[in-house]
Amino acid sequence: MEFLQDTWHLFMRLIRATMRMPVFVIISIVQPVLWVLLFGQLFKSVTTIPGFESHAHAQSISYVQFLAPGISIMTALFGAAYSGMGLLGDIDRGVLDRLLATPVSRGALIAGRILHAAVQVILQAAIILVVACLLGARPLGGLPGILTVFLAAALLGAAFASFSNALALLARRQEMVIAVMNFIVLPTTFLSSMIMSRDLMPQWIRGVSRFNPVNWAVTAARDGFQGEASSDILIYLALLASFALICGILATLSFSRYRKAM
Amino acid sequence: MAAIEVEGLRKTYAGGVEAVRGLSFSVRPGEVFALLGPNGAGKSTTVRILTTLSAPTAGQARVAGFDVVSQSREVRRRIGYVAQASGVDVTATGCENLTLQGQLFRLSGAALRSRVEELLDLFQLASAADRPALTYSGGMRRRLDVAMGLIHRPEVLFLDEPTTGLDPESRSVMWKEVRRLAEGGLTLLLTTHYLEEADQLAQRLAIVDGGRIVATGTPDELKGQLRGDVVSVELAVRSRTSEAELVLRGQEDVSRVLVDGGRLYAQVGHGARAVPVLLAALEKAGLDVAQVSLARPSLEDVYLTATGHAYREEGESAIA
Repeated sequence: MEFLQDTWHLFMRLIRATMRMPVFVIISIVQPVLWVLLFGQLFKSVTTIPGFESHAHAQSISYVQFLAPGISIMTALFGAAYSGMGLLGDIDRGVLDRLLATPVSRGALIAGRILHAAVQVILQAAIILVVACLLGARPLGGLPGILTVFLAAALLGAAFASFSNALALLARRQEMVIAVMNFIVLPTTFLSSMIMSRDLMPQWIRGVSRFNPVNWAVTAARDGFQGEASSDILIYLALLASFALICGILATLSFSRYRKAM
Repeated sequence: MAAIEVEGLRKTYAGGVEAVRGLSFSVRPGEVFALLGPNGAGKSTTVRILTTLSAPTAGQARVAGFDVVSQSREVRRRIGYVAQASGVDVTATGCENLTLQGQLFRLSGAALRSRVEELLDLFQLASAADRPALTYSGGMRRRLDVAMGLIHRPEVLFLDEPTTGLDPESRSVMWKEVRRLAEGGLTLLLTTHYLEEADQLAQRLAIVDGGRIVATGTPDELKGQLRGDVVSVELAVRSRTSEAELVLRGQEDVSRVLVDGGRLYAQVGHGARAVPVLLAALEKAGLDVAQVSLARPSLEDVYLTATGHAYREEGESAIA
């Protein structure tokens, strides 16, 4: 109970801080729209490559249909990966120490940030899907499909936000958080079917992607959005939830390391 | 029961830096206790251990009756902590900062609202309550820090360098606040590298040097241990200071002589009797005295005696 209350109070603090940065809010809204427009144009002809998504629907449905769920996941990944920077700001300004000297639940300090990242991720995913639909995409999976996109994005966002926060606590350096997350974000993006159909991937990438949480999220989101109801979706979501939980526990444990080092 | 009980406390950081090397002291309930020492003496590390932020390498500490390691949750419920680096969230308003702090101590509703207003009034922040703390002056942020530390009416309040970086006016405001809190019966542990601050505020103090306590007592006790007075002399011709030092050292009543800048400080048994004797000796040696004064020993002299080196506050070079 105290954990949930603390999480809520700390979450509200972050929401208030975000709302006081209108430029940040505007960029967070415009950025995903740009991705959809840019990638939608750039890779438009990919759908004409023979073998692209055997289940790709008639030619009339554009690449945007394929892209929208993937971009939702990519935005979640990019947004959440740097969540630890906010925590570093709190460390540098003495806010974290002040909070740690209160009875606040350690888990809530991480959970508040994860919730904040998840809400941002879901709002961005919603904007992406709306823009994609304006450009001709259709949510063939209906409401459950859209909710699957949100859930996959939120779980992946939560996992990467946790990981980023753990990194911030352990390394306590902005440079480290940026370097490590950059090192992870792009390779995991390209080792997934985010912008390229799985059927066109080299064999080895296809193999690696099976163990890539980003690919789990992309696959679940796309299958959901396309209305390809399959048990795979549930498996991927369960895997993502486990991955997020492990990252969350890792981040919470990092507090005791932080305490020993300080 | 002591409000704070510290026994053989040690902290060694990874890399082998020994920040705290066997501290022991105890603070009585309702007492204002100061840890006095230069930067790097281990004061902040000690406070971080007592507030459960840092894990000790060895030794034990109890705060408000609870062990800081095995009962850290109980300790955190009962303490307020005002860190050296401000803990204010600058993106939030003063009111929001206080409210969140209260919520984390499980205060809510009307009780929390009235407590927040009470503290905003008490620390003269009411008119700035709804402005982001980014717009506050250094003194205002510091007052907000202290207000946050008090939101839950703690049993023990830790103030780590409460006036470092404040202008003289804000410092005297802070001193007034600390005295008022002490009158209210709160146990206060403050760290400072200002001798005057420890002298003014603390009922008892411990001088910390190199991670160890070198002296403990009330300011008067500590000064009383240095028997006698200090005669300070300034020569008309500064270049002859070292000659004068030899002359003073040769006097029977002088127990030690310190030269700092162009001034000589001679510790003597009885000031009023020693002054004419010292002046006569200097005159006999052909040294003209420009100025002479007599003072009771200060904490600076206590520090010098306890550590064997002169006290350096911020700004003066401490690195040899």
